[in-house]
Amino acid sequence: MLKELAKFKGFSAKNLPKEEPFAPGHRACQGCGEVLALRLALKALGMNVIAVSATGCMEIISSPFPYTSWRVPWIHIAFENAAAVASGVESALKALKRKGRFPKNRRVDVVVFAGDGGTADIGLQALSGALERGHDFVYICLDNEAYMNTGVQRSSCTPYGAMTTTSPPGEKSFGQMTWKKNVPAIAAAHGIPYVATATPAFFLDLMNKVKKAALVDGPAYVHIFAPCPTGWGTKGEESIMLAKLAVETRIFPLYEVIEGKYYITRKITKPKPVEEYLKRQRRFRHLAEEQIRAIQQRVDAEYERLLKLAECL
Amino acid sequence: MPKGKDTALMSWKEVPFGCYILEPGNSVKFKTGDWRSFRPVLDKEKCIKCGQCYIMCPEPAYEADEEGYYIVDLTYCKGCGICANICPKGAITMVVEEV
Repeated sequence: MLKELAKFKGFSAKNLPKEEPFAPGHRACQGCGEVLALRLALKALGMNVIAVSATGCMEIISSPFPYTSWRVPWIHIAFENAAAVASGVESALKALKRKGRFPKNRRVDVVVFAGDGGTADIGLQALSGALERGHDFVYICLDNEAYMNTGVQRSSCTPYGAMTTTSPPGEKSFGQMTWKKNVPAIAAAHGIPYVATATPAFFLDLMNKVKKAALVDGPAYVHIFAPCPTGWGTKGEESIMLAKLAVETRIFPLYEVIEGKYYITRKITKPKPVEEYLKRQRRFRHLAEEQIRAIQQRVDAEYERLLKLAECL
Repeated sequence: MPKGKDTALMSWKEVPFGCYILEPGNSVKFKTGDWRSFRPVLDKEKCIKCGQCYIMCPEPAYEADEEGYYIVDLTYCKGCGICANICPKGAITMVVEEV
């Protein structure tokens, strides 16, 4: 266990932070799971934060001119360079501290918020570079499994079989034909101190993971699964339930990788069938029996692989 | 209607350098409450003050009052119904908004 995390006791339902770095009045859709994840993450981090936000849903809903929902310093940049700008901000802070123009003992966290498109597709090489250089920052990927901002186009984080406008189902196709890219594994392969996956349905788990990621000295990556009622074709009130179901069916397992060691933070011993999760969403409505079976097999195999990783270390 | 001086947000001379927004969190001036078609109503007898509605609200529109109950701020509530769905005691019901 890392020494930075030894003192951290964790949040509980009784000692939640009072401050709200994310203001109401933003223009997210009703029942948006992504903005909830963002709010919880910022609540865990507190006010001493510089936020770097790649293009995506969270940028457009929080900053339509002349309004902003951010109560912390915030910079918007293009899809591809979120991690690069964050490493620049972190280096600038370091330089200011060295020159004595910024109090040396004041702790400021640099945090990146990017969507799955900005992380897995367009921003992947900047992320890889920043993780490799070892800047002290937190990268939070808010994964809603497609480019929802521009009208539901497929990304490499879109799951197998999902309907999007660029992977439509029909006579010859069944929606997305490739499997979801495992970005947490890519981040963990860089040998960085902290990688975690979280979902807003388990809010204490999410807040603790984000806070741990900020406390760690060096780069940290948190992958947050966020339901999107508009893109997935679900009811707004079911967002939290779907996020919970994704964990309970083992589709999105919750785990941490601390210095290369895997810890499963929520073990699912009696998984629900994936069908229960799939049938609630319009994007999976067209799936036939064989595709659902293929998804079930893949989910089971992935979970077995993860269990082995967690056991042998 | 053509966009003239009186309908535009501000003239180009008033736009700040780099479109910077210098007032943090000024989106509180933007009332998202008029998006709502359903309104959450709290039954205080069933409420156990667990705060699930407060923590799961994406807005955030919920705030605690002096007695410890979490009360929704209807100027921001978009009526998504997450709070009614998450409430462990079923104390929140969604009621159709009447105009």
